[in-house]
Amino acid sequence: MLTAQLPEFNVDRDEDRCIQCRVCERQCSFDVYGYDVQNNVMIHKEENCVACQRCAVLCPTNALVIKENAYTYKQNANWTREAISDLKKQSETGGVLLTGMGCDKPHKIYWDHILINASQVTNPSIDPLREPMELRTHLGRKPDSLEVKDGKLSFPDYPKVELSTPIMFGAMSYGAISYNSFKSLAQAAHEYGTLFNTGEGGWPKELRKYGSNTIVQCASGRFGIDLEYFNDAAMVEIKIGQGAKPGIGGHLPGEKVSEHISLTRMIPEGSDAISPAPHHDIYSIEDLQMLIHALKEATDYQKPISVKISAVHNSPAIASGMVRAGADIIVVDGLRGGTGAAPKILRDNVGIPIELALAAIDTRLRDEGIRNWASLVVSGGIRNAGDIFKAIALGADAVYVGTPALIALGCTVCQKCYTGKCAWGITTQDPYLTKRVNTEIGTQALVNLLRAWSLELKELLGCGGINSIESVRGNRLQLRGIGLESWEMETLGIRGAGQ
Amino acid sequence: MNTAQAKKANPRKGLSPRQWIKIDASGMYYKDLNRQIRGLAEQGARKFDLQNVYGQRYIGTNLWATERDKIRIRVHGTPGSDMGAFMDGPEIEVYGNAQDATGNTMNCGKIVIHGSAGDVLGYGMRGGEIYIRGNVGYRVGIHMKEYDDKIPTIVVGGTVQDFFGEYMAGGRIIVLNKFFEGNPPVRQSYFIGTGMHGGNIYFRGDVNIEQIGAEVNVIEPTDAEWKIIERYVHNYCKAFDLGERKVKLLKREKFWRLYPKSTRPYGMLYAY
Amino acid sequence: MKDLSKVNNPYGDDKVISQCSIFGMMNTTGEVFSGKEIITAIRNMHERGNGLGGGFAIYGCYPDYPDDYCLQVMFDTRANREETEIYLKRFFHIQHSEEIPTCPTEVIKNPPDVYRYFVQPKVEELHEIISDDDIVIRRVMKINTTLDGAYVFSSGKNMGVFKGVGFPEEIADYFCLEQYDGYIWTAHGRFPTNTQGWWGGAHPFSLLDWTVVHNGEISSYGANRRFLEMYGYICTMHTDTEVVAYAIDLLARKHGLPVDTVMDIFSPPVWEQIDRMDPDDRKYFEVLRSTYGPLLLNGPFAVIIAHHGEMVAHTDRIRLRPMVAGIKGDMVYASSEESAIRLVSKDLEKVWIPVGGHPVIARLKELAKDDVVEGGRELLKAEGMEV
Ligand code: SF4
Ligand code: SF4
Repeated sequence: MLTAQLPEFNVDRDEDRCIQCRVCERQCSFDVYGYDVQNNVMIHKEENCVACQRCAVLCPTNALVIKENAYTYKQNANWTREAISDLKKQSETGGVLLTGMGCDKPHKIYWDHILINASQVTNPSIDPLREPMELRTHLGRKPDSLEVKDGKLSFPDYPKVELSTPIMFGAMSYGAISYNSFKSLAQAAHEYGTLFNTGEGGWPKELRKYGSNTIVQCASGRFGIDLEYFNDAAMVEIKIGQGAKPGIGGHLPGEKVSEHISLTRMIPEGSDAISPAPHHDIYSIEDLQMLIHALKEATDYQKPISVKISAVHNSPAIASGMVRAGADIIVVDGLRGGTGAAPKILRDNVGIPIELALAAIDTRLRDEGIRNWASLVVSGGIRNAGDIFKAIALGADAVYVGTPALIALGCTVCQKCYTGKCAWGITTQDPYLTKRVNTEIGTQALVNLLRAWSLELKELLGCGGINSIESVRGNRLQLRGIGLESWEMETLGIRGAGQ
Repeated sequence: MNTAQAKKANPRKGLSPRQWIKIDASGMYYKDLNRQIRGLAEQGARKFDLQNVYGQRYIGTNLWATERDKIRIRVHGTPGSDMGAFMDGPEIEVYGNAQDATGNTMNCGKIVIHGSAGDVLGYGMRGGEIYIRGNVGYRVGIHMKEYDDKIPTIVVGGTVQDFFGEYMAGGRIIVLNKFFEGNPPVRQSYFIGTGMHGGNIYFRGDVNIEQIGAEVNVIEPTDAEWKIIERYVHNYCKAFDLGERKVKLLKREKFWRLYPKSTRPYGMLYAY
Repeated sequence: MKDLSKVNNPYGDDKVISQCSIFGMMNTTGEVFSGKEIITAIRNMHERGNGLGGGFAIYGCYPDYPDDYCLQVMFDTRANREETEIYLKRFFHIQHSEEIPTCPTEVIKNPPDVYRYFVQPKVEELHEIISDDDIVIRRVMKINTTLDGAYVFSSGKNMGVFKGVGFPEEIADYFCLEQYDGYIWTAHGRFPTNTQGWWGGAHPFSLLDWTVVHNGEISSYGANRRFLEMYGYICTMHTDTEVVAYAIDLLARKHGLPVDTVMDIFSPPVWEQIDRMDPDDRKYFEVLRSTYGPLLLNGPFAVIIAHHGEMVAHTDRIRLRPMVAGIKGDMVYASSEESAIRLVSKDLEKVWIPVGGHPVIARLKELAKDDVVEGGRELLKAEGMEV
């Protein structure tokens, strides 16, 4: 079809370096390259390029540079290049624009406006390499108090999970990501003593041996769910919403539903896997209470039940309701949270940044005296250990990371996950591509990431003279704001730098 | 092996699996009722007769049973919502009406309801059978799914309300529309099968085009499908002690098969 | 001016979010009965609330003062009461007043002082001619928005609202409701998503003798509220239930529309269905939707609305919240769950799940030909679902 679109990227090939080995042709899953036998040159269909950099990385002679196409329309603050090309795409197809990964709009990133404290003179900083430094974290309901009965300490024993570091892998379903990526996450969580989340696409039987490191989801599509699914896991999560697409369901296109995925999700091969927007047994808070308790019954009250929502305007009130409905853990996914596929219009316009939601929820639950009743896990836009430290100081118990894990596996955030053609073999089910993630190497990369960030967290603790992560939790005095308006600092509950 | 699997593998013996155990549920909290049943089942009991049930939820939810070793529960009264939620094996018979979300995400087993049932019956149901003598409420059979030979089945003796079979992804539902009451079929409900992308609905009586979702096709059942209908109506008769003679008359009735136009209803919605 | 929104909505949420269980029962001959059954019924749905609000409305409970407005008022302190009483004496003839009897229990914490006043408005204090009802509303609003520590939570004739923070059965005990008789009772067990320290925030909500108990969240709240504000209603409580009460007052009392029409405004059929109606019905809904479109209640809700002579059970048009109705003899029941009705009335003649958006209206026999009707225009003539 004739299109009025210009290629977004240019392939810049240095013909002096190119040896016509055709690696780029084999590596590119977006059909950019061809080979002209007669002239012995590579040819390009640049309009297909998504700048995933797979070809450039694998080119043995570094002959390729993938560049942003420098074309420009007349400068216009309103009608930007993106706005014009999106509109053209829609006038050519009549469809809803899809995208992948988290919101890429320049909404304020609050992490970058928060600074961390350090000890000087009046209390000593601590060297994490030689002194004890604790990151161990427990998630689940905590008792309000302990009682002494007949001279013995008695306490309600709520189900909980233990993490060696407050970093978990967020929900990414088998189907949205490839089997090898999924397995790498499971193995890395197991090896490092944390948890990964199956998402809502079921849980392959052979991976159940990592059950104590697994969170299973109960989402609106109810794929692959039975009693064993719940009971084999460490924790069960009810997924209400996702930061990238609050308020809508999911949709795994039929071509991604391969034989093994069909078995795991327990649906026929090749049929769409549609998750409705709401859970049809939850239309209100007392219905949520009903599902939470159904899951508690189904797991004999042995597993903590978490509920995941996306960060929206009234998150604090909703979170309070969730806690009162019996959630042991609440998970909040912010505006910049990732996705395998979402309508662009939702991803970029709906929801609020996690930093603000997190602070408001933690404040609200403390005001109401119910913060102990549930742990708080946040996600959506975390990029490094600094962000994690700040999240915990704002009040989170732990974080979920999704995009960082995928980047560790090779992802370059090209945002084309929804096409199913991921050249890095991550968000695809094409057997030719999925091989690109090797589970051993993948697992190691993920473990490395957990290790590096945990070490950095310890450094950050140590510089503040603190040797246990629980002394940072909700410790907003460790933070100061910079370049923030007063309403923003009020919401975050922090003071300005120098104050 | 986790605790649940351990329980499944070796239930503690002691109580007779053949004896009906009566439990008076008056004023009992659901948690205590279900715990009591679970405890007795662990000691080998298999048959439970619940009296005076008024709204206790999650009956049958966390009971492990195998094909040979079925747990059976009779419910007298009105069981609470989420009866048989996530249920994996047991058989429940209700001598009265059931409330909302019966058989929610049920995996296998059987539910027989002598009265009617409320909304969202069989949501995400993945296996097993549900028979309802009376009518059912809104959104019944929503997002039912099937895999391989695991095909959940619902038979409704009476009528259905709106959004029936919404998002249906598999399984079958047979609506008898008061056949055994000798009533002519009534036309009923809107938005039938909206978003349907799998499974089959067999509907007695006429269905107007404005009653069904855009994703649904309507044709007459084939002979092979008649066999399926008859088989399940047979079971229905057995469950409710109805003369099976009438099943033969069934074929004179007008039945329509509702099925999805595509297993990919929203394929054309997006721009790539 | 005191700010009730701060009292009821301390965190300044867009609206107070709360969901729950509801129950209503009416004797259509007008014969009064005790609250024993409704208390049993609402207690059976304990699981749907979280102990942060419960309440009841009783019609026909003050036969000794049938023609006086009964103002039931909660006070924070004695001084607040004394100040309010000066105001009441100035603007009303007080026929009788008393402290509302209570039976304190351990579970009920920090109750306010509650008093009731049987009154007639003093017309001589006004320089304009308006109805008694309007005078009472005006005075009640004045007290509720300006007098510190005083809140009128019930203001109808021969009826009363009783509510507070606790499970509904606890509130019933606290107000000794087994001592009251009425021919309509409605009840509410609440599940708010915040700490509700304030008794006035519980259901039922009332205005004169109209009361509303409500389950669900009305997503159109912002639009509904701004429309009502245009007609002079001040939405001080920041709850969607308040909006329902004001909308009824506007439509039924001020604009004089019959209750079925009011319900058609709240939950009209979708346009596609309207397009298929015969011309008269189509016109009717087109006019309703274009005039009162902003009062479409969008989002999940089930309500039981009552006033003298009528009890209405109603849901949103795609029935996202549960409602079951039942009939036994002259008794009509409506409930979130069937089990609660069954518990108090074993041999019902008819139980059914009404069609979404089609109200079940129970009326006093002396006022109507049919004492129970299911309203709404049903294209297929299906009469709700008998169960
Ligand atoms: S591999 Fe990626 S970067 Fe290279 S041409 Fe293909 S799409 Fe572009
Ligand atoms: S997962 Fe693959 S398709 Fe998605 S952003 Fe990363 S590299 Fe691109």
